[in-house]
Amino acid sequence: MDIKIPYNEDLRPDTGLYNAKLGIWLFLASEVMLFGGLFSSYILLRAGASVWPPIGLDGQSVAHLLEETIGLATFNTVALITSSVTMVMSWVSLKMKDISKFKMYMWITISCAIIFLVVKYFEYSHKIHEGFVPAHDTYMALYFTMTGLHVLHIIGGLFVLVYFVMPDGIKMWDDEPIRFTNRIEVFGLYWHFVDLVWIFLFPVLYLLN
Amino acid sequence: MSNKEHHEESFWTKYVFSIDHKVIGIQYGITALFFLLIGFSLMMVMRWQLAYPDTAIPVVGPFIKWLATLNGFASEGNLPSDLYNVFGAMHGTIMIFLGVVPLIVGAFGNYLVPLQVGAPDMAFPKLNMASYWSYLPGGIIMIISFFLPGGAANSGWTAYPPLSDIATQGQTWWLVAMIFLITSSLLGSVNIIVTVVQLRVKGLTWMKLPFFVWSQLVTSFLLLLAFPPLEVAAIFQLMDRIAGTSFFLPSGLVVSGEMLQVSGGGSPLLWQHLFWFLAHPEVYVLILPGMGVIAEVIANNTRKPLWGYKSLVYSSFFLGFMSFTVWAHHMFLTGMGQGMSTFFQITTMIISVPSVIILSCFMLSLWGGSIRFNVPMLFALGWIPMFGVGGLTGLPLGLSTSDIHLHDTYYVIGHFHYVVAPGTIFALFSGIYFWFPKVTGKMLDETLGKIHFFASFVFMNGVFFPMFIQGLAGVSRRLADGGASYAHAADVLKWNETMSYSAWLLGLAQIPFIVNLIWTLYKDKDSKANANPWNATTIEWTDATSPPLGHGNFKKTPVVYNGPYEYSVPGMKDDFLPQTKKMKKGK
Repeated sequence: MDIKIPYNEDLRPDTGLYNAKLGIWLFLASEVMLFGGLFSSYILLRAGASVWPPIGLDGQSVAHLLEETIGLATFNTVALITSSVTMVMSWVSLKMKDISKFKMYMWITISCAIIFLVVKYFEYSHKIHEGFVPAHDTYMALYFTMTGLHVLHIIGGLFVLVYFVMPDGIKMWDDEPIRFTNRIEVFGLYWHFVDLVWIFLFPVLYLLN
Repeated sequence: MSNKEHHEESFWTKYVFSIDHKVIGIQYGITALFFLLIGFSLMMVMRWQLAYPDTAIPVVGPFIKWLATLNGFASEGNLPSDLYNVFGAMHGTIMIFLGVVPLIVGAFGNYLVPLQVGAPDMAFPKLNMASYWSYLPGGIIMIISFFLPGGAANSGWTAYPPLSDIATQGQTWWLVAMIFLITSSLLGSVNIIVTVVQLRVKGLTWMKLPFFVWSQLVTSFLLLLAFPPLEVAAIFQLMDRIAGTSFFLPSGLVVSGEMLQVSGGGSPLLWQHLFWFLAHPEVYVLILPGMGVIAEVIANNTRKPLWGYKSLVYSSFFLGFMSFTVWAHHMFLTGMGQGMSTFFQITTMIISVPSVIILSCFMLSLWGGSIRFNVPMLFALGWIPMFGVGGLTGLPLGLSTSDIHLHDTYYVIGHFHYVVAPGTIFALFSGIYFWFPKVTGKMLDETLGKIHFFASFVFMNGVFFPMFIQGLAGVSRRLADGGASYAHAADVLKWNETMSYSAWLLGLAQIPFIVNLIWTLYKDKDSKANANPWNATTIEWTDATSPPLGHGNFKKTPVVYNGPYEYSVPGMKDDFLPQTKKMKKGK
């Protein structure tokens, strides 16, 4: 459209922010409340359980299976942290006006996200194959809901990441380099948040049992 | 900013998938008014069942019979109790989530906030469009669910499990629709906050913001932070219903004499905590922007500054903050323990203080003013005592001892309807009459408006006041026969007819309003209001290109020098000083 919204790329003097940066922080505040609700529910349900993970109707508990998957989950933690680092590097590359390095770091980030999803797929299918579906007990219900929502965040982020390196997304670098850099910074904040959520999910769901 | 290279837009991008905040505001407004009408129609049907249980309904009887048959309920033109449950749940849902909030935040907030802060549009126009286009599907899903086997959601608007976990499929549709609506309000609230913080024009410092903008800002924070826990709860309930989990199902639950085959281990109370963590701040989402509208109308029509502007601002902040700490006063009777009850009683008593401050400020603003009794002002003046009744009747509900008697009775229904119906909806009417000339350039008819006001004022009280009498006598809410089968209700049942007739007459009282809207819009007579028909001070009246407003809102970016309510400034010719008018030194 032909309207120019103020402070879309330049900083407003009294707040020191451009619009999207404030927007993403507000969005993340809301996300904190979302995952805060999930973790609070976890505490409430776990406090009401006599054994954790609970024993399902088939007399089984997922405890033994969890031991096996700690390795995979640790690997995934490393993958996500790496992707967070390369996300920052791609933003820094833009600040240094090095578009080829930006692309490289973006592709590493994308690869890490895909690796995470593949590992998660094997984890899910293994658990389901052994009969540990969400309906098995409240631990499994929480496990699938919490990690499932987290995976949805990763998948959503992955689409945006791919868009940024596709010709359609990256062409903004030629016309409006500052706005493009801001986009990467704002997306980076989201990506770090998704990483941070996993840093909480990992010990809560895998280690504290 | 270049309006010259303005190219011709197609019908679709201009009116349907518009990113202009004014068009989106109008879209929200029309859709929400339509949903308000649907929600109210459900109630008019329910009121027949309450006044004359199990008799055929006149006029709409055949339609109810058709709907009941479609849902699989037996009906001879009467409202079967299963369908009564559906109507009850959907009346609440539609009124709150599809009617009032979208009207007061989506329509008023969208249209007015950018204008009042001097912005060319919302900070994120495309997100704004996405917000409307996730609200509308949410509404459509809700409406479609009426025609499913078993009907729409029937577990009350609060959707308490375990009942809602095992209810018919309408509940699943309800949950999906809620997720759309939550997304919509998330996008909208981020947009409003960023617009207020980032796009205020030069000179518009925080304490020069109109109170309406403050109220929208606080409301947006409530929407932003309170809705996600409900989203969690909705996802859990969806999982319970679709994936067979037991988030809200305790072990050993027996349904219809049979043990439910689920793993158990869940907690029905968890839903109530998550739900009320949203739904109490939601009460303030409903009322705060209404207070914002009232503040504008009162200051304009008393022709003097608002009394205690800063107290109003700080009170609304305190109100917003405290609203996150009172949710469990809806749960005194769940056996959560004395300690918890005490805590939530104390916070509940504290939160009444800022509400009283706000109401007092409005009352004191009237003192010594030369009041213009036009239609917006009448609604605002009607709002003050009615909201007062709503607020004061809440106190006995906030104390656990008296709540034991009053919980889940018609007293509760009376209380929150006084807050929301003659409260917020009066504020909405006031706002519609007040800003209609801004939006369309035409003044609504005063006579029809006065008929609308006085009839609504009388019949609103006719509907809601007897609820206190019935509630104090112990009549429970959500009874499909209105309490006819309970001996203790026998003495107060006569009020059901009064309430029902009032409700239907209240429906008739809206006809002058609808006629007024349509007639004013389409009449050819030149009723063009000037740009500032109320002699108001805020930017949207004094500086915006008007009406109808063009792209970019302002020909020239305004600069603000004065506070929002500089009426009757001593020594001035006019009795109002626009925010953007620079006063000479020494005055």
